[in-house]
Amino acid sequence: MNFFNILDSLEKFDGDAVGRIEHASRRFFLNRVSRKMATMAAPAVLATVVNKAYAQSDAAINVLNYALTLEYLEDEFYQLGNAATGLIPDMYKRVFTQIGKHETQHVAFLKTALGAKAVAKPTFDFTAGGTLAPFTNFDTFVFLSHAFEDTGVRAYKGQAGNLQAAQDKPYLQAALQIHSIEARHASISRRILGKIRNNAAIKGWITLDEGSPEAVYKGSTSESTVVQAGINLVGLDGLEGIPSDAVFKAATEAFDEILTMDEVLAIATPFIKK
Amino acid sequence: MEKNLLTNAGPVLEKVNRRYFLRSAGVAAATGAFIMSCTLEDHEVDSQVVDLGTGDVGILNYAYALEQLEAAFYTQVIATPYSGMTAEEKTILTDIMYHEIIHRQFFKAALGGAAIKGLTPNFAGINFSDRASVLGAAKIFEDTGVSAYNGAGNLITDVNYLLVAGKIVSVEARHASAIRDLLNPNSADFAGDDIIDANGLDLASKPGVILPAVQPFVVNKISGSGLPQ
Repeated sequence: MNFFNILDSLEKFDGDAVGRIEHASRRFFLNRVSRKMATMAAPAVLATVVNKAYAQSDAAINVLNYALTLEYLEDEFYQLGNAATGLIPDMYKRVFTQIGKHETQHVAFLKTALGAKAVAKPTFDFTAGGTLAPFTNFDTFVFLSHAFEDTGVRAYKGQAGNLQAAQDKPYLQAALQIHSIEARHASISRRILGKIRNNAAIKGWITLDEGSPEAVYKGSTSESTVVQAGINLVGLDGLEGIPSDAVFKAATEAFDEILTMDEVLAIATPFIKK
Repeated sequence: MEKNLLTNAGPVLEKVNRRYFLRSAGVAAATGAFIMSCTLEDHEVDSQVVDLGTGDVGILNYAYALEQLEAAFYTQVIATPYSGMTAEEKTILTDIMYHEIIHRQFFKAALGGAAIKGLTPNFAGINFSDRASVLGAAKIFEDTGVSAYNGAGNLITDVNYLLVAGKIVSVEARHASAIRDLLNPNSADFAGDDIIDANGLDLASKPGVILPAVQPFVVNKISGSGLPQ
């Protein structure tokens, strides 16, 4: 059987197949084998890609496209910010370069997972209709960064149940693995915002529903929630190690909350032109 | 994906174990008394196996065990602050202690009568008067917590518990980021290439990888043999 005939027929069925296989081949072979070797091993690669690289269900595809849209937004935001002359002080450049790198990787990962079903990248407007100047004002840049990252954390968390219901286990785990990266980003971005604003109330974690814009921190399940799985955290036994006046705030910090898809899209909409 | 995760987590955890083993061995050579206490501990370990159980209860007990360890660690950190702890570090470490205590007590309450007993930590390998030792251990505990929750997501059947795990893991990731940044400020380490793979994915490990890695920090022998795989 001729490998290239398979590719041709697969491409009629799925226009993105060749690109995906190339991507998979690169990952599998780390660019260290010759083209001839890669061709010899191609049937194994093909089988892997066809069987595993697709998100399997409509529900999972829906969630992954939602995630991809958010990642497109974050990726372009950091690409523009990292490229803007004089925006990011030297001491913080490594942080935002690393964040941007991950967002680019997330876009590539999700596009690979979705194949031909990946949504196209929207056109973004980070001035939100001319009201913000994130690429000339560092405070505005970090402000948007922390808001996008916290939105990302809450958005992925909000879809865990849908991915579980879709029984698409590899993508549930992958979504969790992206989710915790967004949280690592949010933590450092929030801490930098706290430093440049000299505001100790802005910590790596979310106290009460502190933070702006409000829509990111409130929503149908506010970040100030203290009841988890029916248990009121403030009333727990065994909290003697925490001063009583600190318990409530600590309880809100200890658990992050979800945003629904509608809530997230409402937050993102001012930054999407079309 | 699976291979990816294991290659991701394995070396970190192996390195951790080796480092703590070596440090413990150093302590033993220095004090002499260590060998005797170790023997007594081993005897105790054999007679008191803590079985985490099966199904979702097993996974919740697994999380409860990890949170017990973290809470005990930070309680000790705050009770005996290392020399030169800055105000920023004190605030961060105190906040984290509060969060871990709340996580621990939450799981205890959620499990009710099915909860495992309180575990006895073994922090012999950690020098609580030394900043690098404390923050190094904190980094390991937080990264391990993130990896454990991420790897357990697929093993949970009740969507409510999956959601709770998701609400906690992002806070553990916020901790990991802050601790890593204290160790190497304003670098890429808050989500460093030492743990994040080329797809931008964080750690995820199954209980079979996590439990042997944390066992050296617990006096009681923990069994996860009934956990979902």
